[in-house]
Amino acid sequence: MNATPTGTTGFTSDELMEVNAARALADATTCFVGIGLPSTAANLARATVNPGLVLIYESGTIGSKPTRLPLSIGDGELADTADAVISVPEMFNYWLQGGRIDVGFLGAAQVDRYANINTTVVDRGPDKPEGRLPGAGGAPEIASNCGKVLMVLRHSTRNFVQRLDFVTTLGHGSGPGDRKKLGMPGAGPVAVITDLGVLRPDPATAELVLTALHPGVTVEQVRAATGWELTVADTVDTTEPPTPDELAALRALKAAGKPAKETR
Amino acid sequence: MADIRSLQDAVADLVHDGDTLAMEGFTHLIPYAAAHEVIRQGITDLTLVRMTPDVIYDQLIGAGLVRKLVFSWGGNPGVGSLHRLRDAVENGWPRPLELDEHSHAGMANRYVAGASKLPFAVLRGYRGSDIPTRTDTVSTVVCPFTGEELAAVAALNPDVTVIHAQQADRAGNVQLWGLTGVQKEAALAAERVLVTVEEIVEELTPRPGGIVLPTWVIDAVSVVPGGAHPSYAAGYSTRDNTFYQAWDPIARDREAFTQWIDENVRTTEGALTR
Repeated sequence: MNATPTGTTGFTSDELMEVNAARALADATTCFVGIGLPSTAANLARATVNPGLVLIYESGTIGSKPTRLPLSIGDGELADTADAVISVPEMFNYWLQGGRIDVGFLGAAQVDRYANINTTVVDRGPDKPEGRLPGAGGAPEIASNCGKVLMVLRHSTRNFVQRLDFVTTLGHGSGPGDRKKLGMPGAGPVAVITDLGVLRPDPATAELVLTALHPGVTVEQVRAATGWELTVADTVDTTEPPTPDELAALRALKAAGKPAKETR
Repeated sequence: MADIRSLQDAVADLVHDGDTLAMEGFTHLIPYAAAHEVIRQGITDLTLVRMTPDVIYDQLIGAGLVRKLVFSWGGNPGVGSLHRLRDAVENGWPRPLELDEHSHAGMANRYVAGASKLPFAVLRGYRGSDIPTRTDTVSTVVCPFTGEELAAVAALNPDVTVIHAQQADRAGNVQLWGLTGVQKEAALAAERVLVTVEEIVEELTPRPGGIVLPTWVIDAVSVVPGGAHPSYAAGYSTRDNTFYQAWDPIARDREAFTQWIDENVRTTEGALTR
């Protein structure tokens, strides 16, 4: 994936992903924000398509309005700019489990065709110890209790796998009805935004299908980067390229978040 | 009632080999200086508990003092993996590390049950997740009123909880504010409690959203200005993000790690200064 702006387009594949992830929050009221790419998207959404979006971080901040990208979920500016700072048990019990959060925005180490997530361990083959990932964090209950779930991650066969080594967080299980059977209140994953395009679950099968490509990306490229035989929607849209305003806002957030400026 | 005493004495008195030890702090107010004192004193065979083990737990694990970790997310926030944690889990260096793994919601509720002196807590959690297959501290319970099956998580009652706070008064009452995470629950769940503070003040001034832990629920208070570095204490310091990034290459290499611990923790006296 290109990390620097290309001469022909003036933006990177990461920027395409981040801008499209931010646009997905245009209608959201409240967003439970995961660290990393989801945090970039949510903060960009506040700076562009949804200035009133309420950002909620699991460290206990409700309504954070940072002026730069936080380096961690406990960044001081998240607390300093919040409408309220609450305890972690209150966050998970009253606000998340209480069904008061609209959108959960998650990243993932591995995702399968039903948008189930693994962030726990990966199998590295016979005679090798399983590879250690950070663990579940807030994701299992975010995916269960938020009204709906958006996901953002870079697209490769390492991430988009045929079979998860471990199910940390349920997306759509093994198909339609699984979430309902488990009594999960939220709708689960509704879109997976990558640096190549957008996947959405087919309402009939709950399987992720390719519904949009970023400008300049081909269906073949996405197929090659997906670890299962990817279904492609009858009509595949092309996402709009980032506007100059979106790009400027994204780059300003990132530049302001440079660690050298954050430290004492 | 809390005694106000030196960090060295408080750690020696309150933390013992084989203890279950929680050093909480949700990115903010992490008790680094106390953990370094544990490393200097070589207190070992610990079961470490924390929702978000970060760099300080990486240091304790790499120093070979830990036999088990109870947690829900282990990483260097905003930077990447904890390499000492990974090396211990994947390769058994410097010793094998047993894991008891949960979700954040589960861990938070385990502390709530511990603080409430209940045997377990109930949540609508872990549904569809493989996590319960690898731990014996998650089970299910049927609601006696509705018949709904819910997750049950075993109470966490650490032998010792250590937290860092902004202020204490001379009687040993403690106040912390900003992101207060799960520190109150972790303290109230524990048998013994040590709080390191930025300073002693004549009188605690109530802060919006602040938490006061009265002296009678604390065993010892130690004054350690900067004791949360490289994390931070709102009102006193900012997070040293450069340190968190600098930790990554140090922790990747066993020798570099050992040298760092020897030079910056084992052979120093008192808190690590920046």
